[in-house]
Amino acid sequence: MNAPRLNLTTRIVTHAILIALTIVVLFPIIWIIFASLKKQEDLFDSILMPRGGLSSLMLDNFRTLLTARPFFGWMLNSVFIASTQTILTVLLGTLGGFALAKYRFTCKPLIMGVMFATMLLPGQVLLPSSYELMRALGWIDSFFGIIVPGAVSVFGMFLFMQSIKNVPDELLDAARIDGASEFYIWWEIVMPTIRPMVGAYTLMSFLGAWNSFLWPQIVLQDERKYTLPIGLANMLGTSEYLTNYGVLMAGTLLAVLPVVALFFLLQREFISGLTSGALKG
Amino acid sequence: MITPGRKLAPYIFVSPFIVMFAVFMAWPLARSLWLAFHRPLPDGGYRFAPLDNLNFLIHDPLFWFALLNTFFFGLFYLALQVPLSLGLALLLNRKDVKAKSFFRFAFFSTHLVGSVFVAVIANIMLGNRAGFANQIAHFVTNEQIAFLSKPNLVMPAIVLCALWLGVGYGMIYMLAALQSVDEQLHDAAAVDGASPTQRFRHVTLPGIWPVLRFLTLIGFVGALQLFELPYILYQGNGPGLRAITIVGYLYAWGFEINILSYAATIGWVLAIIIAIVSAIYLRLSRSDR
Repeated sequence: MNAPRLNLTTRIVTHAILIALTIVVLFPIIWIIFASLKKQEDLFDSILMPRGGLSSLMLDNFRTLLTARPFFGWMLNSVFIASTQTILTVLLGTLGGFALAKYRFTCKPLIMGVMFATMLLPGQVLLPSSYELMRALGWIDSFFGIIVPGAVSVFGMFLFMQSIKNVPDELLDAARIDGASEFYIWWEIVMPTIRPMVGAYTLMSFLGAWNSFLWPQIVLQDERKYTLPIGLANMLGTSEYLTNYGVLMAGTLLAVLPVVALFFLLQREFISGLTSGALKG
Repeated sequence: MITPGRKLAPYIFVSPFIVMFAVFMAWPLARSLWLAFHRPLPDGGYRFAPLDNLNFLIHDPLFWFALLNTFFFGLFYLALQVPLSLGLALLLNRKDVKAKSFFRFAFFSTHLVGSVFVAVIANIMLGNRAGFANQIAHFVTNEQIAFLSKPNLVMPAIVLCALWLGVGYGMIYMLAALQSVDEQLHDAAAVDGASPTQRFRHVTLPGIWPVLRFLTLIGFVGALQLFELPYILYQGNGPGLRAITIVGYLYAWGFEINILSYAATIGWVLAIIIAIVSAIYLRLSRSDR
């Protein structure tokens, strides 16, 4: 008799807690949206909406950001580096993963052993020697120095190998009987079949490259070549933004929102890819 | 039907990866190991000195300080992240929750914000004289407080930022694990009169235990590699060096002091620590069964 009412109460309480938590979690984002739209004199007086209301909000901070700073260039650099690096990783990883999953060849066990042993090592071990290598190749202050080393992902190839193992052999053999080349099979049969994994990995890799700081900070020196994380971290160190942080918050917002929006559109694909590896393994 | 093409194909497919791997992973790894056993000379060359770096590291109080600091951060962070993620997942896993995918994305979305951007936001919110923390402080005490210069607030501030990045992420895994727990088992236990707490302890917890363990390991190994968050939030090592981490210390030696051999040594010690932590974890998870 009491049960339905109790259920209704717990339901309301659950939702109230969830809504309250959502507001708490998203509060910093809401705060920087307001901060990026406020005049300097309003920054301290009000937490979110300034006293003057909507009419005292403005877009000047965004204008300053795009004109007084090479911010737009940083954004282009970030887009270029993250996408080329991701495309390369996916191509190298699916090709290699295909070879390891579906063929038998002489040095396969050796290749797998060596590569998977390195998967356990933290990437920071490579920083000093990779820096030397970049200097030797003349890739300091060049996008090559970020994109090319970044394209090698043993983890990515491992994921692709695992999902290609699940592609039925009959499918590949049928194509071979029809006279398809091995290359054609990779591109036209394997790739479409493992599309969910390719999608999830593409997003993961893009996000990682987009947010990457340490290595680009070591490689890039010219301010015009910066990516967004380095550019913004350097802006934080400049005293002109100590008093008017609205410009800096506008920049952070522009660096963060496009990626969040992209993931919002593709969230189903991403989240399933993210958890599938962990739960199976 | 093995055609010549089919025989050759795997070599062609795997070779671009192998070449790249050899140049940009295997060689730097070997070179970094080499560096760890050498000392730089004033003329830019190196001298073989197998134990010098390690000896220096063992007697380097700052390294130990950075190590302890990083360990402490990892423990502090996990002690909060795991229960918070699990709690959130349990709340969201209730059958009567509406707009589940909205909440799920809202909690998860903070993970998409890179730690550099989080550090920039936190630096302004906590440290700026007109930032959020001072808006509140001014309202309450009528004073401005330099939150980022207080040594005792360094760890809580970093953990808070890391939680903002990590709780929703953990929740995604916990949710997936909860959904894989056998529902019939739950119902059977309920029919047998098990209370919700008993059902959680004896049905849910064993069911999600592997994921819980996995997340703890990933979380701790990730915490050992902490760098951007404290380094940018505190614009360096923070008050009383409290924001220093192992990777931050490696970065300082390699790219501020420019002694790559010692930076490589710190990197390998970090690798060994991670290997030990993982081995202990594997040991524990084996004895669980």
